[in-house]
Amino acid sequence: MSSWAAVLFRRDLRLSVRVGGSALVGVLFFLAVVTVIPFGVGPDLNLLSRIGPAILWIGALLATLLGLDRLFQADREDGTLDLMLMAGRPLELLVLIKCLAHWVATGLPLVIAAPLLGIFLNLDPVATGAVTLTLLVGTPALTLIGAIGAALTVSLRRGGLLLAVLVIPLAIPVLIFGVSAADAAIHDPVPFLTPFLILCALSLIAAVIGPLAAAAALRFAGD
Amino acid sequence: MFQDLSFELPSGTALVVTGANGIGKSSLLRSLAGLVALAGGTLRLEDGIDDRVPAEHAHYFGHQNAVKAALSVLENLSFWQGFTSPVTTPAYRAAALSPEAALDLLGIGHTIDLPAGFLSAGQTRRLALARLLVTPRPIWLMDEPTSALDKASEGQLLELMNGHLAAGGLIVTATHTDLALVNTRILHLRTADPVSPHEEDLPA
Repeated sequence: MSSWAAVLFRRDLRLSVRVGGSALVGVLFFLAVVTVIPFGVGPDLNLLSRIGPAILWIGALLATLLGLDRLFQADREDGTLDLMLMAGRPLELLVLIKCLAHWVATGLPLVIAAPLLGIFLNLDPVATGAVTLTLLVGTPALTLIGAIGAALTVSLRRGGLLLAVLVIPLAIPVLIFGVSAADAAIHDPVPFLTPFLILCALSLIAAVIGPLAAAAALRFAGD
Repeated sequence: MFQDLSFELPSGTALVVTGANGIGKSSLLRSLAGLVALAGGTLRLEDGIDDRVPAEHAHYFGHQNAVKAALSVLENLSFWQGFTSPVTTPAYRAAALSPEAALDLLGIGHTIDLPAGFLSAGQTRRLALARLLVTPRPIWLMDEPTSALDKASEGQLLELMNGHLAAGGLIVTATHTDLALVNTRILHLRTADPVSPHEEDLPA
């Protein structure tokens, strides 16, 4: 990793764990969403364990969306984004590094919290492992796709809601294959690897398309 | 936005852009910084680095300070030093200061470990200015550089700007205060006459 990228990564990580950062908020929101579901659904343990992977995935999607609107907006408001555009660094790579730092600060805690929350949803160890693994490879795709929405809404003061509306349709394939891979691990005859590999592919595609599209949107928003 | 606007600036010279509020001084600086795309016309830099656009030879010192309140003063400055690519050209050779030296020079060395959110407006401005000293770049685009600075820091800013010019750098600044720079040209912007729109380009 070239040194400017490391510098940017460290700064973004520091900012998200300091005061006003979004690192802890996401995981608390995830906790809130997942703990509320059993109260709503009722104490049917079989039902909970059947819909558990889906609940964890939807919780992760919502928690990811929660912090994304500040990804570029915070830098635009204080003039940092202008200077970043002039810094002589490839903008696509800059977006990728910022997404990576954002994922480490907000996505990775969700993955780490997932096994704990699996207990609330009566998931057995195999299902918990499967959901955690799918979240590990799938949540980067959510962040990278969300970066497109974050870049498009960067100049809007209350762009968070618009961002969610823009991003959720694009995130549906990730959700489908994430949940179906986790379900496949629980229900024996269905192969786990097929949807899991498609989920990996979705993340890799998002790692290319997300930064390219977000960089184009940021250049356009410069005016 | 602009009509019949043309100027050239030899190395070691400052261009002071003047004009009424809302005439487009900031827009001109933002265009030079590559933040607003040119609708027409060209911008050329001689003896620059070939694969970089002119904006990537420049520091933009605008109204916003690009300082993160949650990071310490040193973390803010070190980030910009590590992130911005330095540019030296045959005509411009300036040594980069270390972040500590730059902060000491600007009189905020004692705040180095404080979160930048604790700084006053003038101190934040000086921290933003320190960014120009830790990464050498030949062009300084300065929009109202003296805002929020007291008389003493204003004098120091002039010294720094003159030092930059002496090293062969260029400065384009929009300002309302008279800056005693060594080598100045003045570009006065005014609203276009309905009949014959024109620009004045007076050497000072």
